[in-house]
Amino acid sequence: MSLLQLLARSIGAVCVGGLLISCGNADTHRQVTVVGWGGSSQEAHRQAYWTAFARETGIAVKEDVWHGGIGVLRTKVRGGASGWDVVQVEAQELLLGCEEGLFERLDWQSLGGRAAYIPPAVSDCGVGSMVWSELFAYDGNRFQQGPRSWADFWDVRRFPGKRGMRRTPTYTLEFALLADGVPPEQVYAVLRTPAGIDRAFRKLDELKPDILWWTTVSQVPDLLASGEVAMSVTSPGRLVVLNHREGRNFRIVWDGNIHSVDFWAILSNSTHKAESRALLRYMKTPVHEMRLPEFIPTGLSNKASIAGLAPELKRDTPSNPDNLRHSVELDAAFWVENLEPLSQRFNAWLAQ
Amino acid sequence: MSRNTLTAGLLLGPLVLLLLGNFLAPIALLLTHAVEDREVAAAWPRTAAALREWDGRTLPSEAIAADFARELADSLQAGTFAAAVNRLNYDSAGWRTLLARTATALPLPQGATLQALGRIDPRWTQRESWLALKAAAGPYTASYLLSAVDLRRSSGGGLERVAPNQAVFVNAFGRTFGISMVVTLGCVLLGYPVAYVLAGLPSRVANILLIFVVLPMWTSVLVRTTAWMVLLQSHGVINDLLIRLGVVSHPVELIYNRTGVYIAMIHVLLPYTVLPLYGLMRGLAPVSVQAALSLGATPLRTFWEIYLPQTLPGITAGALIVFILSLGYYITPALIGGPADQMVSSFIAFYTNQSLDWGRAAALSLALLLATGVCVALYGRIAGARETVLR
Amino acid sequence: MIELHPGTRVIDLLNRRALYCGCALTLAFLIAPLVAIMPLSFNSGSFLTYPLAGLSLRWYSNLVTGGDWLSAVGNSLWVATAVAVLATPLGTLAALGLARLPRPVKPLVMTVLLAPMFVPVIIVAVATYLVYAPLGLADTYSGLILAHTTLAAPFAVVLINAALQGVDPSVLRAAASLGAPPPTVMLRVLLPLIAPGVVAAAVVSFATSFDEIVVALFLAGTEHKTLPMKMFEGARDEISPAITAASTVLVMTSLLFLGVVEAVRRRRENNITIRSGGK
Repeated sequence: MSLLQLLARSIGAVCVGGLLISCGNADTHRQVTVVGWGGSSQEAHRQAYWTAFARETGIAVKEDVWHGGIGVLRTKVRGGASGWDVVQVEAQELLLGCEEGLFERLDWQSLGGRAAYIPPAVSDCGVGSMVWSELFAYDGNRFQQGPRSWADFWDVRRFPGKRGMRRTPTYTLEFALLADGVPPEQVYAVLRTPAGIDRAFRKLDELKPDILWWTTVSQVPDLLASGEVAMSVTSPGRLVVLNHREGRNFRIVWDGNIHSVDFWAILSNSTHKAESRALLRYMKTPVHEMRLPEFIPTGLSNKASIAGLAPELKRDTPSNPDNLRHSVELDAAFWVENLEPLSQRFNAWLAQ
Repeated sequence: MSRNTLTAGLLLGPLVLLLLGNFLAPIALLLTHAVEDREVAAAWPRTAAALREWDGRTLPSEAIAADFARELADSLQAGTFAAAVNRLNYDSAGWRTLLARTATALPLPQGATLQALGRIDPRWTQRESWLALKAAAGPYTASYLLSAVDLRRSSGGGLERVAPNQAVFVNAFGRTFGISMVVTLGCVLLGYPVAYVLAGLPSRVANILLIFVVLPMWTSVLVRTTAWMVLLQSHGVINDLLIRLGVVSHPVELIYNRTGVYIAMIHVLLPYTVLPLYGLMRGLAPVSVQAALSLGATPLRTFWEIYLPQTLPGITAGALIVFILSLGYYITPALIGGPADQMVSSFIAFYTNQSLDWGRAAALSLALLLATGVCVALYGRIAGARETVLR
Repeated sequence: MIELHPGTRVIDLLNRRALYCGCALTLAFLIAPLVAIMPLSFNSGSFLTYPLAGLSLRWYSNLVTGGDWLSAVGNSLWVATAVAVLATPLGTLAALGLARLPRPVKPLVMTVLLAPMFVPVIIVAVATYLVYAPLGLADTYSGLILAHTTLAAPFAVVLINAALQGVDPSVLRAAASLGAPPPTVMLRVLLPLIAPGVVAAAVVSFATSFDEIVVALFLAGTEHKTLPMKMFEGARDEISPAITAASTVLVMTSLLFLGVVEAVRRRRENNITIRSGGK
């Protein structure tokens, strides 16, 4: 057979093969696409909730990963195309999105009523998914006498090496003020003044040459393990998981952590709203919700779940009062107001 | 029209239609967003129309206030409220709370007057607030185009530079041009000797060695970029090698900075200089060079005055291709560079994906297109009517 | 190649050595990254440095068994094949039409046809997204295929145009003078002559779509994730040897494509030699 014929046949085979492979993922009619933060958090949710949910209800669960940003949600809802149904969002994204009509209003009755949950986890458009903290961590094998505060994080002489920080103004500006000696309860009061914002940026200027900016939190374990950074801003869950699973020695500094609640929200242009609501109901049933901390340390939002949780599973979470001693609660309202202008300024500062 | 031309038209038809509808039209549409200002007018049409007529010297009339209050409430139902709020908040923060507060207080029991609005928030009795609304009333605006070059309208009506802590784009364009120039220079300097040597080798040998050039070109940009990400890390292959050879004592920073971007981009774009030069050099007859040498010219002088000018079309072709490609490059700087290495393309992506600000994305695209267009025109002039087949 | 001038033999020899050295280094620079990461894909540990912890095929089996890599490959194959099927005829017809245009109009039309090659991809991606989203074409296979076809067609035009240059017009005239109507001339005489060009155009269109990332990032949804998108995500989230395994597979595929195109080209050259042997 001539070369051309051979080619024609191979292309045909490839085409059919490709069709078969991608058709194998044809949609079933009942499905829900849930979007999480990726990495070990996503894995934990899958093991705790989604596989069991799919098995028990017959609704197929498709997953996607995102890394935050209200603009992404605006694009998904207003840009016209979606495919996303249930999304895990941060507190300020929930408030903004609710105002802008990006999310469905929830039927709290079907979730057990607002009183069954801790107050910070209740909102018109979302129900609390995880109670967590943004803080910093380091590899215990690198520093025996480790850093203990944000002032130490800024101290490159005593603790040489690069610093990983999240590439947003949120949390970063607050941490700068904490490092500059502002007491936790006054951080947002100071940030509300123009002088306060300037102070935060000046403090960041000090550390800027040593900062490595990450965009997705799943980069952090690699950055710490490979020694690319000496310390990094992060959420603690994944590192604790890695400590257990791979015997690593990541140490977490709770002093000066900013705690907050993440929410589950249903996008207003979702095409599978009934299945989405079923998924939310499933995840918020106390007996199911209590499974999550077994796979990743996290605070819970349903009062009954919190009461029923074993104490050692609460240790590495904001539910442990020890961890809240010098902490700040994220002021979502402040960020709703100021995210845009501060993002502009932050991006400009980054690029200089 | 001759029959030939008619047939030609029919044959060309399908592709031209596809290009018109799928390429030219979308880009044209995108560019119109650079000057359109529709969000406020879409949310509050009568108010916007009235404000356009308003002279701005004294406070607006009660009729305008009443219209505004009514349309504000309506827009909440219609879902156009949020887009307008975002648009105004971009000009100055504070609009979000102002409008939210006003919207919750509506409908006003005593009827909407400027006084009543002023009681909800004193900013409604200030002329500046209404002037800001007027500026956003559209239908066209120069503010996006101006912000793309870090300018804005001052309160006096003239132009002024944006506050330094907000000025981003002029730097970004400078950086994009700078990186592209360095990459182009690197590609030409590295590519010329390779093409020269290959052109002098017998055809069969050259063809085999050309695989070294063509294979990377056929490999996905992502494969090449991720390969560099793996190699350039602090404890990656290159640093390991350097430390083991004793060249350095601790790891050199090769990634998330300008160095990494240069290395990776030169690697990705190098084949585009080698191939045109190779094609050209292969076709050059050695007559002039031989003549010059036999007349007593030194090899250096022969190269400089005879050979180099002959290869100039290849150099310009390759250089312009690489320059145009690197102007628009997105993936490689995004993955390998740090925040201070972001090129214009990543800003365009940011405003489309992260921020949904079509105005700014469109304005930046227009500027990038203009820059590319100038380069293409240059290429067209220098290269004449010669077509260059890239593969 | 510049001939050696007898009087400057030594200097020239050094220059030549330096030249060859430089050339070899550059060629090594070009191919090294692709080759250097291949062994890492066989690493049994999950680090990306040498020495290898051990040899294992786990990352390759991860590619095949891990659901999303396989579906990404499937998506890429499906889209790329469709693009090749669409872009090749479009490009062929356009190149044929181009050949018949009166001389002054040619460069202008050529510029229009080749425009997608010169506009920065990010602008094409953003503009296409802007138009497709309200039409419901974003987040679908058809939208992605259409967008990629627009990007691939210019390459097809260029390749087939080049093939057309190599066709001897006297053959066509001979066929016409023997009484063949124009369509027959086109189909049964011209097309077989430019067949290698058509094949090359199909392969290049396929490769263009298969490797395309920027437009795909904007247009493809979760279910249509292509292979480059999967690699991009992997590169941003966590670089694991799975990416090096995927890269190795892709490099091998590119080598295969190169081989095919080269074989076709060689065959064509042989045919021409045979055909013109009598001249």
